[in-house]
Amino acid sequence: MTDSVLYSVFLLASLGIVAAVVLYVVSKKFYVYENPLIADVDEILPGANCAGCGSPGCKSFAERLVNTEDISDLFCPVGGNDIMKEVAAILGKEVVERDPTVAVLRCQGSCEVRPKTTEYQGPRTCAISAMVYSGETDCQYGCLGDGDCVKVCKFDAMYMDEATGLPVIITDNCTSCGACVEECPRDIIEMRPRNKRDLKVFVGCLNEDKGGIAKKSCSVACIGCSKCEDICPKDAVVMVNNLAYIDPVLCTLCRKCVDVCPTHSIIETNFPPKKVKKEVEKKVEVKVAVVKEQIVAESKKSKTDA
Amino acid sequence: MLKTFPKGGIHPPENKITSSKGIKRMTVPKVVNVPIAQHIGIPAEIVVDKKDKVEIGQVIAKSGGFVSSNIHAPVAGVVTKLDMIIDTSGYKKQCIVIRTDAKDEANFEEKEYPLKKNIELEPKEILKRISEYGIVGLGGATFPSHVKLNVREDKKIDCLIINGVECEPYLTADHRLMLEKAEEIVVGIKILMFALKIDKAVIGIENNKKDAINLFKNSVKNEVGIEVAALKVKYPQGGEKQLVRSILKREVPKNGLPLDVGVIVHNVGTIFAIYEAIQHNKPLIERVVTVTGKNLENPSNFWVKIGTPIKDLIAEVGGLPEGTRKLVNGGPMMGKAIKNTDVPVTKGTSGILVISEDEASRGEAKNCIRCGECVFVCPMGLEPHLLMNLSEKGLYEKASNEDIMTCIECGSCSYVCPSHRPLLDYIRFGKSIVKKLETSKN
Repeated sequence: MTDSVLYSVFLLASLGIVAAVVLYVVSKKFYVYENPLIADVDEILPGANCAGCGSPGCKSFAERLVNTEDISDLFCPVGGNDIMKEVAAILGKEVVERDPTVAVLRCQGSCEVRPKTTEYQGPRTCAISAMVYSGETDCQYGCLGDGDCVKVCKFDAMYMDEATGLPVIITDNCTSCGACVEECPRDIIEMRPRNKRDLKVFVGCLNEDKGGIAKKSCSVACIGCSKCEDICPKDAVVMVNNLAYIDPVLCTLCRKCVDVCPTHSIIETNFPPKKVKKEVEKKVEVKVAVVKEQIVAESKKSKTDA
Repeated sequence: MLKTFPKGGIHPPENKITSSKGIKRMTVPKVVNVPIAQHIGIPAEIVVDKKDKVEIGQVIAKSGGFVSSNIHAPVAGVVTKLDMIIDTSGYKKQCIVIRTDAKDEANFEEKEYPLKKNIELEPKEILKRISEYGIVGLGGATFPSHVKLNVREDKKIDCLIINGVECEPYLTADHRLMLEKAEEIVVGIKILMFALKIDKAVIGIENNKKDAINLFKNSVKNEVGIEVAALKVKYPQGGEKQLVRSILKREVPKNGLPLDVGVIVHNVGTIFAIYEAIQHNKPLIERVVTVTGKNLENPSNFWVKIGTPIKDLIAEVGGLPEGTRKLVNGGPMMGKAIKNTDVPVTKGTSGILVISEDEASRGEAKNCIRCGECVFVCPMGLEPHLLMNLSEKGLYEKASNEDIMTCIECGSCSYVCPSHRPLLDYIRFGKSIVKKLETSKN
């Protein structure tokens, strides 16, 4: 009986040794050198694999960071400046600090202000309805409301508001990876600087039609009246194709343009209420407050869920 | 035994309510909106300005490249504006708006040209005129005809096929044209045979139009080389590739053209437009449009000026009936719903279909039950269920390998699907992405 025990012990041991030798030889022979820095950098990166940096995932971004000489034009929008600084410290390279950005929705065309004139029965994705026609409303620039942006968001930073039919961006969750910007067939979502306390002033419309036509299709459309351009002390407003655009770099958030806009198509977010209240302003502020409340409610909800 | 194509195909109810209604001339519209992109390829370039006076048939937009076409003023009048108007694509597109001059008699003359048989032009001149007179494929695809006829030296063409199939349900524009202008169409065929030096032409007509078949058989009795082929009724026989297979038993290679098997296919409408351009110097400024629908008071076929707003057509047939849900530009299978009644008639508008509430709505999409109906009916031998899944999941490269680009978008798969899956919607979407990827690669 002891024989059979010895045999099996001996056999298994020798098999193990042979396998070990083979593995050792193979691992030496086919060794692939990888810069250990790549693993270190990969460790620091957020690991969201969101492709916001332009690389398919965090690992390949780490490779790019390690293998590129000048990394000043590479940036991880999710990690932001802190992560990039850490990376720079490990690699001993220079990084450029960037203003944190956040996605904003440049359309206010809710069901109330932008009536539906047709009905679409095909598959509910923005990409297909954009291919088929200009959408259920008469505005061919605004949100299609099928939520492709929400589907593509990996950070739970967006949801569709059923009352308005528009997506809502939860600013706290937004990592500015840019997936929604890429996905939107209408290019409604824009990355704008986050600023202090998330203060933002931007034109919430992309309608390039002439004033009358734009206004007819949506009551909060930019009609291209140029009033905001005239009042802006810093020349931050540019008018292109009957449409105002506020340059976030030049804008000092003075909010003069918000007051003069006759269709309330300029949106301000997170500003404290103004002391002198006019009749017109009330409406705008109520809207902002509602959005704020929703954001707060939603972020609370997501926290409790987590 | 009637000829047909072997693979796939369906038999939707024909509903050709207007086949006995002669083509009426429509009242001249007060305003026409002429889009500059009425053909496949590069949009034409506008050569008129606001407040310009234009004569009937004057070039108002010049061809913007090789695959492009001239556009002529359909009425005499004044250009009131150059505006953006929603066209059949569903988007606002550049249009030339002309207000018809009510005093100009040229607008209201009902010219009935006498039949002119002898061809006076040289082949080169014929091809040049086809290009200058803005002739595009009137079957619906609006491919500029001169490009089709511009055959490279190394390709040998031995047969011209005339497409008189009109396999789309409801539409009767080609059918009526064949009945009323048979002699002219035969001359048109002879013009093309002469210009391209081909000695064989076949007119393909489906067997549900027996009157047209008999008429043509009579009129080509004394012509050398022109035949009439009666075809079994099956959708989509009017597709170029299906028609070539049905008539000549030649298989057009995938991603190829009928040109690759020595054939050129032209619609009867196009042939008639060519006849008028060559023999009577008339550019393409009007076409036959079937205005139809089960609930319409007086559905019929009309000669319509290009650019006529669709609301004028609707008024002509007695207005929109109650419960109208959808307006389709083209037939029910391949046509496209239009956004409003201001959309103008273009060179590709073969019919306007008014659909009521109960016919219009699409069933709710359910899961695929793997019945294989879509594969069975696909005339191109594709697997629509697979292509849909691939483009839904974004696997465009795989879809491209599965020959998504050979889909002719006939809609047979969506028509038969018992689960009402939006097969064609996704396949079309996949095609557009694959096309983009391919162009960006090159």
